[in-house]
Amino acid sequence: MLSEYFPILVFIAIAIAMSLAFIGAAVLIARQNPDQEKTSTYECGFEAIDSAHIRFDVRFYLVAILFIIFDLEVAFLFPWAVALGDIGLYGFFSMVLFLAILTVGFIYEWRKGALEWE
Amino acid sequence: MRQALPNLISVYPELLMAVGAMVLLLAGVIRKTPSIDRLSRLSVLLLLGTLLVLWLLFFRLEGRVVTFNGLFVMDAFGLFMKTLVLFGSIAAILISGPYLKEKQISNYEYPILIVLATLGMMMMISANDFMSLYLGLELQSLCLYVLAAINRDRQRSSEAGLKYFVLGALSSGLLLYGISLIYGFAGSTSFDALALAFADGAPTGVVVGIVFVVAGLAFKISAVPFHMWTPDVYEGAPTPVAAFFAAAPKVAAMALVLRVLFGSFPELDEVWRQIIVLLSVLSMTLGAFVAIVQTNIKRLMAYSSIGHIGYALIGVAAGTEMGVQGVLIYMAIYMTMTLGAFVCILNMRSRDGMSEQISDLAGLSERDPMMALALAILMFSLAGIPLLAGFFGKLYVFLAAVNAGLYTLAVFGVVTSVVAAYYYVRIVKIMYFDKPVVTFERPESKSLSMVLTITAAVNSPLSFILIGPLVQWAAVAAGALVP
Repeated sequence: MLSEYFPILVFIAIAIAMSLAFIGAAVLIARQNPDQEKTSTYECGFEAIDSAHIRFDVRFYLVAILFIIFDLEVAFLFPWAVALGDIGLYGFFSMVLFLAILTVGFIYEWRKGALEWE
Repeated sequence: MRQALPNLISVYPELLMAVGAMVLLLAGVIRKTPSIDRLSRLSVLLLLGTLLVLWLLFFRLEGRVVTFNGLFVMDAFGLFMKTLVLFGSIAAILISGPYLKEKQISNYEYPILIVLATLGMMMMISANDFMSLYLGLELQSLCLYVLAAINRDRQRSSEAGLKYFVLGALSSGLLLYGISLIYGFAGSTSFDALALAFADGAPTGVVVGIVFVVAGLAFKISAVPFHMWTPDVYEGAPTPVAAFFAAAPKVAAMALVLRVLFGSFPELDEVWRQIIVLLSVLSMTLGAFVAIVQTNIKRLMAYSSIGHIGYALIGVAAGTEMGVQGVLIYMAIYMTMTLGAFVCILNMRSRDGMSEQISDLAGLSERDPMMALALAILMFSLAGIPLLAGFFGKLYVFLAAVNAGLYTLAVFGVVTSVVAAYYYVRIVKIMYFDKPVVTFERPESKSLSMVLTITAAVNSPLSFILIGPLVQWAAVAAGALVP
């Protein structure tokens, strides 16, 4: 039972070794020329430590939501593509139908102007 | 595993609605200046078409048809509930026009959202598996959240939408947690498989799961103690949206309660009866007493709907075929009463705009005798005064409770309906005996008058003619659910 986890142990060991190698290489070999901007924490363009009650552009929100939809679509497409040989025409057209519905939504948001930044 | 195409015939109504809703959405978004009136008319046509297909289809199908690997079921119970829901949605779109114009809400998405919510409700009613149940419920709920907040420039409307969303998400969470527990013990989410798995008793974990599932569903039918969103949402949401909330989604959620309890746990009725009795007693009591102090008529209708759900739950608690029949009759009558009452609220328009104060109804019998008469009939019917439709609704659930041996519950129902009669009759008293303060100018709308006339007529003593066929039809539908 426990021996089944051996590949995971190997995987963890390799992951640790590789990440140490990359960080070590950066410390030892790369040229170091720090300034204030470079050493500060990067947080998606926001101040890392700041009041949580700030106004931010609602367009960020919109883009995030649109991103999630298409991200999920891809998450559905991968297993579908792998299993396509086994699920037959029914499985194929189920996904086509799903994509068609998604396209209706896409046309809607496009015409509504949700994709225009300005 | 290669599969043949599932039996699509029994989902024709839903397919028509789904395709129709998307076509309408595209038609709306492609036009430069889409007209909400035209899209509303097309949506009503689409819903009427669905109703027609539903009925034609039912004459072709024999008994119970299960399709999509057991996810979807079509039977006489589904036909009854879907017909109710479709009528409720059609009425909701019909009565929205004047209000939307008055408040300058011109989002053409409005009727399309109602169509999509109705599609979700039809899926809920036909669900034969917790997975399809959840999908239908979320499709319905997401549309309803947006509808509640459709008047987004008004703070109250946004607040209603947000409140509804947060509590709706919480209830979905409870429901899913319960489903996961039940799945953990049974290894299946299919109602048929669950009924087999728990044919001779169930472990405690399943009981906990059932409690969570019922709690999640109680949110949707707004039974006490899961009712707190109802008054605020009814008050904040645009009035026609509140009318829609009180009618179609309640019916669909009640169908869901019946489907889950009788479809997947028919042998565990001793377990869920206790919960349903508690919900029923609390709802009736709160609905009767808290409504007395309300001054806003939309809040009053919210507490009234809470109370009425309590009465309908008496029939569920009975746990018999007769009880289910009583619930079906009750929901059908309740829907006509509440829609009619909301049309009256939509008619309360004076020179200063829409009014929602009960005191503004004073002296309505002099200013607008026809509307006063209609509202009086509806109020007496809501109170359950004999000869009117509301009385028959109560009669059948009380009878079912007595036959099932739930005497205390039936007596409780009678007592609270006497208390509740006070505030319904008070409105009639205000209309007929108080001095008028405001003059209402009814919006010029044929559809409003039509819905009001029909609902008042079916609730008037004319209901004697209609109640016979309704009882028979409900018996057939209940027979399909309770074997």
